[in-house]
Amino acid sequence: MYVAVKGGERAIDAAHEWLAHERRGDRAVPELSVAQIREQMSLAVNRVMAEGSLYDPDLAALAIKQARGDLIEAVFLLRAYRTTLPRIGTSRPVDTGTMRCDRRVSATFKDAPGGQVLGPTFDYTHRLLDFKLAAEGEVPQPPSGTPDTTPKPHITGFLGRDDLIQDEPASDEVPPDLTREPLEFPAGRALRLQALTRGDEGFVLGMAYSTQRGYGRNHAFVGELRIGTVEVEMEIPELGFDICIGEVVLTECETVNQFKGSKVEPPQFTRGYGLVFGQTERKAISMALVDRALRAEELGEENTGAPAQDEEFVLAHSDNIQATGFLEHIKLPHYVDFQSEMELVRRMRREAAAQGDVVAGQKEAAE
Amino acid sequence: MSVQTAMDEAQVDQAQADRASTDQAGTGRHDPAYNFAYLDEQTKRMIRRALLKALAIPGYQVPFASREMPMPYGWGTGGVQVTAACLEPDDVLKVIDQGADDTTNAVSIRKFFQRTAGVAVTEATGEASLIQTRHRIPETPLTEGQILVYQVPIPEPLRFLEPRETETRKMHALEEYGLMHVKLYEDIAHNGAISTAYAYPVKVEGRYVMDPSPIPKFDNPRLESPAIQLFGAGREQRIYALPPYCRVESLDFEDHPFEASKADHDCDLCGCGDSYLDEVIVDDEGGRMFVCSDTDFCATRRALGHAGRLSGEALA
Amino acid sequence: MQPDVLTGGFADPAPQSARAFRAALQAMAMPGTIHEVSGASAPAPLSAAAAVLLLTLCDRETLLHLAPGHDVQGVRDWVAFHIGAPIVPAGEAMFALGTWEALASHDAYAIGTPEYPDRAATLIVEVASLDGKGARLTGPGIRDEAFLPVPDVAAFRANARRFPLGWDAMLTCGPRLAAIPRSTTVEDITCMSQ
Repeated sequence: MYVAVKGGERAIDAAHEWLAHERRGDRAVPELSVAQIREQMSLAVNRVMAEGSLYDPDLAALAIKQARGDLIEAVFLLRAYRTTLPRIGTSRPVDTGTMRCDRRVSATFKDAPGGQVLGPTFDYTHRLLDFKLAAEGEVPQPPSGTPDTTPKPHITGFLGRDDLIQDEPASDEVPPDLTREPLEFPAGRALRLQALTRGDEGFVLGMAYSTQRGYGRNHAFVGELRIGTVEVEMEIPELGFDICIGEVVLTECETVNQFKGSKVEPPQFTRGYGLVFGQTERKAISMALVDRALRAEELGEENTGAPAQDEEFVLAHSDNIQATGFLEHIKLPHYVDFQSEMELVRRMRREAAAQGDVVAGQKEAAE
Repeated sequence: MSVQTAMDEAQVDQAQADRASTDQAGTGRHDPAYNFAYLDEQTKRMIRRALLKALAIPGYQVPFASREMPMPYGWGTGGVQVTAACLEPDDVLKVIDQGADDTTNAVSIRKFFQRTAGVAVTEATGEASLIQTRHRIPETPLTEGQILVYQVPIPEPLRFLEPRETETRKMHALEEYGLMHVKLYEDIAHNGAISTAYAYPVKVEGRYVMDPSPIPKFDNPRLESPAIQLFGAGREQRIYALPPYCRVESLDFEDHPFEASKADHDCDLCGCGDSYLDEVIVDDEGGRMFVCSDTDFCATRRALGHAGRLSGEALA
Repeated sequence: MQPDVLTGGFADPAPQSARAFRAALQAMAMPGTIHEVSGASAPAPLSAAAAVLLLTLCDRETLLHLAPGHDVQGVRDWVAFHIGAPIVPAGEAMFALGTWEALASHDAYAIGTPEYPDRAATLIVEVASLDGKGARLTGPGIRDEAFLPVPDVAAFRANARRFPLGWDAMLTCGPRLAAIPRSTTVEDITCMSQ
């Protein structure tokens, strides 16, 4: 017989114990260390840092371990932790022009000052499963050399010199902070870029891909993609100058897009921009394409109604923590609402049936 | 009115005391790893400012910089933030989901505040100074001084008619609610009745159309209350409020007046004829029973000796 | 700096501001009701209730206007040390503090916009007394009617007429406070008896 479902608390505790057990897996297999994840799952760590908006490889690795490899869950752990951190200050804008690049390629020029540096890329690997890795074969030490730390000029700078690309004037305006202020529309480019850089990689990729297939097409060339290390500087008022407080790895993508011009303005290329924590080039390229698509209005292009051109659509749905929460919450009990809908349907069916009887009765009477 | 009013008050108190085994006194201590009630003081001030403006403009959705909480969006992060900003150490907290204190998410949120705020908790509606709820208004009438905090998934009542925030904001500014009336009227034209059974829109003080959160429309009349009602939508970053005794009208038409409907049964456990009921499937043959959705209300009545059709079996 | 600049803040901010906020919440939810708060003291002429409200609601992110009389060095230093709110002219203020007479340029305060009526100022009005019947208040949060001395009935009436726009007022006197949001209709009792 029915007894009110008590013991929610016991059920929760038991579920958590079970979860911990499943996370550990077969105890005959050595446990993963956080350092192993940080060093050997670094692209997962990068994605979690980027979407978690927190640059800390150790914490991101811990989050991945705790989340059993569910990266969105790991992002969530990092975000929730981030919320509790006091904000001590604000860094100076990083200068990606001074980046020590591990990788730097341009699709728009065969060669350029600074050269093309392929770096640690999957691009030309043949996607054949490497069974040596399964046998835990050690990788031979790569040949060593002196790293090239000379700053590489931005490719778009060369186009800018000839006015071939639209200038994006620097500004000292303090950008709005998505994590401290409610999102407001129209959002402006600084806020859009912020939302995109922490947006879900799959979502941003899908949006970018849709522009390539004609939903708000804008003909993107990868002017430059660079990955490397930059210094983070902070101004210390007491000292009166900036000091370096650390280094971060960033991926930056600048696209060169279809030109525009008018009777008064000669044609110029336009830009899309992507900047993401860590080595995350799929995301950075996607971000640049979506950024460019979202600039349609300010660049005076026709709004074709494409999803990627729609600021409200993109920004309201790019955050995977919001999305997964709202999506998954429908598995929570909704029986009160369902009950009220069921009552309504029953009543409407009763009324329809009664009316049917009346109609049938009238028919009979008429016959 | 409900049977509650007919009961002797002392009897009710005794009955509630008897079954209040799950109630726990406040420890006065909270997890030292976090600030009292989890949120940092600056975040609380931001939420508190939004709450005061929400009370000053009843029914208007105030944007607020919702924080990422340690539970997922959709699990009540808005309500949790509002509760965190309101809690004081001597509060007695009640948390319900679907009207029940023992649903897993209600248990989880209650534990969160026991841990982070050290407050006392109760299941008795009358004992609580602050109640956080999802999807129900308690059956027991609330009183002056009590605070009811709602968890809200989609705060914008016009959202499913117009997905764009920039547009709905204009509609509220211009008090342009024609679209909503057209939708309700089309319902009547198609179905012979308004097909909204929960989250039934209301107009507050004759000005703002408001989403009362997904409460069944049975609860709508109790939105006019002596208690302070606060609504938090975390993912959508909105807070809104109803001050006590605020005028709240469910939207309707003269020829199709609003009707607060419920299952046409009495509670099978306590026999109550005017409480909101859950329908429970009890066997493979599709046998059903109906029980109060408000577990505290039902248990209190049973403790007082009220009995329903199946109470003998169920209590055994 | 005066010695009292460094003192008078909350000794235990989390619980003290929680209690103070509940008083403010009840006041705003039930216009005309009077609530007592404690835990703060600030340099003259700031009342204890006004000091508590500033500590509870203001910080570096809120722009504060000090009306003449309250715009004195002691108060400025106290605000700078305990709250950090930037001091701004009336038109930019999210919170404005002073006596009604000093706040008199009340048309300058933000009243919100049709899209964002919440972007309106909160006036913290230091009054000589909260006792006595004063004016009759009706509206949301009030079952039948409430009574409170109101410094300027005409101004409050005009403010309520532009609802949902308008400023909101918290009245402070010693350790006590009350609120009159823009949603409250204020009537002069003497007019009513006519």
